[in-house]
Amino acid sequence: MSDNASRTATAHVHGHSEEDYLRCSHGWKSWAFTLDHKRIGVMYLIAILISFLLGGVMALVLRAELFTPDKLFLSEDMYNQMFTLHGAVMTFLFLIPSIPAALGNFMLPVMLGVKDVAFPRMNLASFYLWVFGAIFFLMAILLGGLDTGWTFYTPYSTTTNTAVIAASMGVFILGFSSIFTGLNFLVTINTMRPAGMTWFRMPLFLWSLYATSIIQVLATPVLGITGLLLIAERTLGIGIFDPARGGDPVLFQHFFWFYSHPAVYIMILPAMGVVSELVSTFSRKPIFGYRFIAYSSIAIALLGFLVWGHHMFVSGQSALAATVFSALTFTVSIPSAIKVFNWLATMYKGAISLETPMCYALAFIFLFGIGGLTGLYLGALATDVHLHDTYFVVAHFHYVMVGGTLIAFLGGLHYWWPKMFGRMYNEMWARIACLIVFVGFNATFFPQFVLGSRGMPRRYARYDTEFVYFHQFSTSGAMLLGCGLMLCAGVLIHSLLRGRKAPANPWGSSTLEWKCSSPPPHHNFDWPPVVSAPYQYDHIVYDPNHQGYVEVEDIPEEEDELTNAPVESHS
Amino acid sequence: MSTTTAPSSEVAPSEHSDGGHDDHGHDPFLAHHFGSAKQQFDAGKFGMWLFLVTEILFFSGLFCAYAVYRSTHPEAFANADQYLDPMLGAANTAVLIFSSLTMAWAVRAAQLGQKQLLVRLLTITLSCASIFLGVKAVEYSHKWDLGILWASNFNPQAHAAHSPALLVLSIPAMITVVVTAILFGVGKSRKSEIMSKFWGCLLIAALAYFGGVGLGLTVPVIEGAITGEAAHASAEAGHHAAEGAHHAAAAEEAVEHAAGHATEHAAGDAVATTAAKSGSLEAAAIEQAAIDRTYTGIFFSIYYVMTGLHGFHILIGMGVIAWLLYRSLLGHFGPRYFGPVDFVGLYWHLVDLIWIYLFPLLYLIG
Amino acid sequence: MSVSSLGISLTGLLAAGNDGTIAFPSQGSTVAPAVDSLFYIITAISAFFFVLIVAVMIYFVVRYRRRPGHDVEKSPSHNTALEITWSVIPGLLLVYIFAQGFLTFLDMRKPPEGAYEIQVVGRKWSWAFQYPNGVVQNELHLPLDRPVRLVMSSEDVIHSLFIPAFRVKQDLVPGRYSKVWFRTTKPGEYRLYCAEYCGQQHSTMVADVIVHEAGEFEPWLQAEVDRMNDLPPAELGELLYQRQGCVQCHAIDNNTTGKVGPSFLGTFGTEQPLADGQTVTVDENYIRQSILDPVSQVRAGYQPVMPTYQGRLKDREINALVEFIKSLGQ
Repeated sequence: MSDNASRTATAHVHGHSEEDYLRCSHGWKSWAFTLDHKRIGVMYLIAILISFLLGGVMALVLRAELFTPDKLFLSEDMYNQMFTLHGAVMTFLFLIPSIPAALGNFMLPVMLGVKDVAFPRMNLASFYLWVFGAIFFLMAILLGGLDTGWTFYTPYSTTTNTAVIAASMGVFILGFSSIFTGLNFLVTINTMRPAGMTWFRMPLFLWSLYATSIIQVLATPVLGITGLLLIAERTLGIGIFDPARGGDPVLFQHFFWFYSHPAVYIMILPAMGVVSELVSTFSRKPIFGYRFIAYSSIAIALLGFLVWGHHMFVSGQSALAATVFSALTFTVSIPSAIKVFNWLATMYKGAISLETPMCYALAFIFLFGIGGLTGLYLGALATDVHLHDTYFVVAHFHYVMVGGTLIAFLGGLHYWWPKMFGRMYNEMWARIACLIVFVGFNATFFPQFVLGSRGMPRRYARYDTEFVYFHQFSTSGAMLLGCGLMLCAGVLIHSLLRGRKAPANPWGSSTLEWKCSSPPPHHNFDWPPVVSAPYQYDHIVYDPNHQGYVEVEDIPEEEDELTNAPVESHS
Repeated sequence: MSTTTAPSSEVAPSEHSDGGHDDHGHDPFLAHHFGSAKQQFDAGKFGMWLFLVTEILFFSGLFCAYAVYRSTHPEAFANADQYLDPMLGAANTAVLIFSSLTMAWAVRAAQLGQKQLLVRLLTITLSCASIFLGVKAVEYSHKWDLGILWASNFNPQAHAAHSPALLVLSIPAMITVVVTAILFGVGKSRKSEIMSKFWGCLLIAALAYFGGVGLGLTVPVIEGAITGEAAHASAEAGHHAAEGAHHAAAAEEAVEHAAGHATEHAAGDAVATTAAKSGSLEAAAIEQAAIDRTYTGIFFSIYYVMTGLHGFHILIGMGVIAWLLYRSLLGHFGPRYFGPVDFVGLYWHLVDLIWIYLFPLLYLIG
Repeated sequence: MSVSSLGISLTGLLAAGNDGTIAFPSQGSTVAPAVDSLFYIITAISAFFFVLIVAVMIYFVVRYRRRPGHDVEKSPSHNTALEITWSVIPGLLLVYIFAQGFLTFLDMRKPPEGAYEIQVVGRKWSWAFQYPNGVVQNELHLPLDRPVRLVMSSEDVIHSLFIPAFRVKQDLVPGRYSKVWFRTTKPGEYRLYCAEYCGQQHSTMVADVIVHEAGEFEPWLQAEVDRMNDLPPAELGELLYQRQGCVQCHAIDNNTTGKVGPSFLGTFGTEQPLADGQTVTVDENYIRQSILDPVSQVRAGYQPVMPTYQGRLKDREINALVEFIKSLGQ
């Protein structure tokens, strides 16, 4: 603990008196039974990266098979199982927990200025539920695979002889994992904000996590009951979804999309939150229109519940329902557009530096721009009829989920990496990896828009020869994308082994997590942190001695070496 | 990660879970990351409310399925009415409402630090839950015996088969009685007051299940005696007659139904088309009756899923109340710390509330 | 970034050739121009905003890059008027896009009076198109410039009928009838796909669509009827084998790759083990039974996945299929 006198020149960094969270205790038990949100976040990170690797390899196998119109090396059964598992693993095991459960778990309490989430045991339980769910997925693979598509549409899923029960059990359990995370975040933000941390002083990442958590808590239970009904349908034949017994297969689609459309926002909202942090930090500008961005997160979360029917324009719902869902769908695009405009306005007159996280943020704006705008074709009724269930849809949601969520996840990972592990990575190679990922991604998925509008249906193991050029282009792009991601992984692993020790605040960020040492101490804060409005950069200046930024509380006129940043008194 | 490979099997002494005692000697139940007991209580309460929201949404899927089938197949719901005994449902509703009262009172007792009263109220709540399950077991087993099952297994018989269904359903309760009785005895012999009281209370609750079974068996008899009509359990002959009459009526109705289809939707309706082709309305009527039966079976699919899931929630609630009972015997709860009782109380009220919706929707729709 | 897009466009041009544009297959129905024009309107709007966003982004990155001598300049932290403007203007454009999509969709959903009706049955993994006179085909033959209404049903799982050139798509849901209509504008051959994933052979559930020249559809249909009536049973059986979807699952030679059912070659009259352990002689009765109630006697090593043909085949047609299988020898 330090006295007030030493804090007048530069603000004290929390945690120099305490061991960091990585070293404060040792042994596998100190990890397996930890209640520290940071360690749980790290375990989540490792777990979801393994899932991502698995899902990514499947994607490459699929793309490789599609290099030729006829069979290359996968039988139709294998192909169907592969795309099902690719979708299910990526959605349920990677994308949904990626930013909230890994980065969010680690960062939320620190950014909020508290010692832990409200329910640490539930937090740990959430992680182990994830592991359980993943085990069920593995069981599904071992018990004969899964070939229903990640959407589990009935009556196919009630009649196929693959391991639907194990997989839906997995989804059910993963759902509870997700609910626990969301519930924990909501309670933490609502009841534990320290003095000074008002709602509108919260970093926008926390706003986006808050909005995400609302969806997790409200939508996931419906997926849970749908999974249970599907299991009951297969084991007991209860007939609720079975047309042969008077049931309604389209009801399943309603249930499924009532969860799964909001789930898209579970994936994209935290990504937008990350990008808000990055754009502000690397432009050294307060975020433009903070309140609009904050409100737009909540608006997206709530509107997201009203649009699920746009997945079903051609599945036999009434024209009236289709019309209403189409109209509601367009309303969601407004808050998304607001965010993009606000990010650009934040960059205006800033001091923009293109460090790796910012490169990812710019890539996000580009890719999410395409992903979002192509959503317009799918929200409009007439064009959706043509494009539904074609590669256009595949390209669209990959632009949103990979171009959006994955890119923002990588941006966030590179941004918080020094904080999480206390090591810097090689800036140049990380940027090269970012560039390769960006080019590879576009090469993979842009041709798929054309494929789709020309009529190539999705989930086809074999295809007509007229589509072959686009598929081959796409496959080549996928290989490039794979290489970029491998390079990215190499850079990060190298940093763990050889990386330069990270300063407390390497980027000049203004949010609370950068007021702790890197990595943060076990209890995050020695004393309740001083909370001021977020995104004020005037008092954060570069200190060459630390090779990082330090906070100046009262800027002393005589300290000339700290004048890289503007010398204006902040108000 | 790579930084933590140092060999050591010890759990860190500074782990959160057990560190609370040392850090905050004045308040043994305040977790280290909360600033005050009030904050901890607020967090818990808000968390529980959110959890209840997820529960409601969880059930809402089923209510939604119910609404869809009620609107597409109203005849199945009308038809199903005869197989459910509203009196049993009403009895269970009363039991649950009473348990809600004792639970709410238990929260009050915890706040006032009335340990003795708290233990008694929790035991009563637990016993009510047991009674509820006992009645439910009677209902389920009776339906099993009559073949009133889900979807295509729905095949109602006039005479209830004498299967050991009720006995089988009661096995867990019997085991619980035996186990709690033994542990109660062990507690007594070791003169462990907390142990004997705890297992004693659980024994009472387990025995209450058989009270529930008794209630479930006698209610129809009393009902029959009062109204003068035959009840399922006692006089099956009358039941048979009533059912036979109903079936005849159903067949007639089905004939009309099929004929109506044949004229109105000749092109669209597959059933009607085959009927028209074969020229035999009688065959169509039988087929229609079979379809009606499947639809009624779907009603029972929904019935079993909803009541089964609700029963599962009752079981979970019983587990948590037993945990509260143990903690209240240890004297954990008082004016400064009663959060868990309060939270479990909320959960219990929700479980009751769901039943209060289930009862009219399933039992009183005739 | 734009290099890759350019490359794709070039490849698209090469691949597109003379049918259709880069983005679309040729327009084969009356609704297609409306869909395409909406597509291009959205593309124009999207391209405008996208180029604007990216250009501004790149300009800012260059203009305000962090460098010696450049510092953050003051700018407002929010500007309500501006923010409302850039919410409302896209909002109005969205209303326009929605309205266009809605109007065209209404046309797609409402068939004109007196449309020519064709019954469509989807099953794993084939299509059957039945014409008013009873002819069944597994290709969709259509008259030119006449409203056609497809009344569709599925026998097993959800399928979806998709004809890219017509810009139409509609799911086939088991247990109900769904409808789709269109009016062709150009004779020629098109492709029809199943767009809803339906299992192993989903990607082979495709069919050709043949739009006849003016006045040639009716004669074709009559010729089909005559041909069906005149064919000897075994040849009719072979035709039905092709058209009723048997070919999707049953081979008539030894090459059974991709077929989930047993080959018909040399099975007639043989003894075959069943899944339940019994054996059965493959005779007329067994074949008839297998067509009408396929899951009652499934041969060992095969899944009970075949849909019933009860009510789909006439007695004469079943006999023809029996004759055909018989002709494949023992």
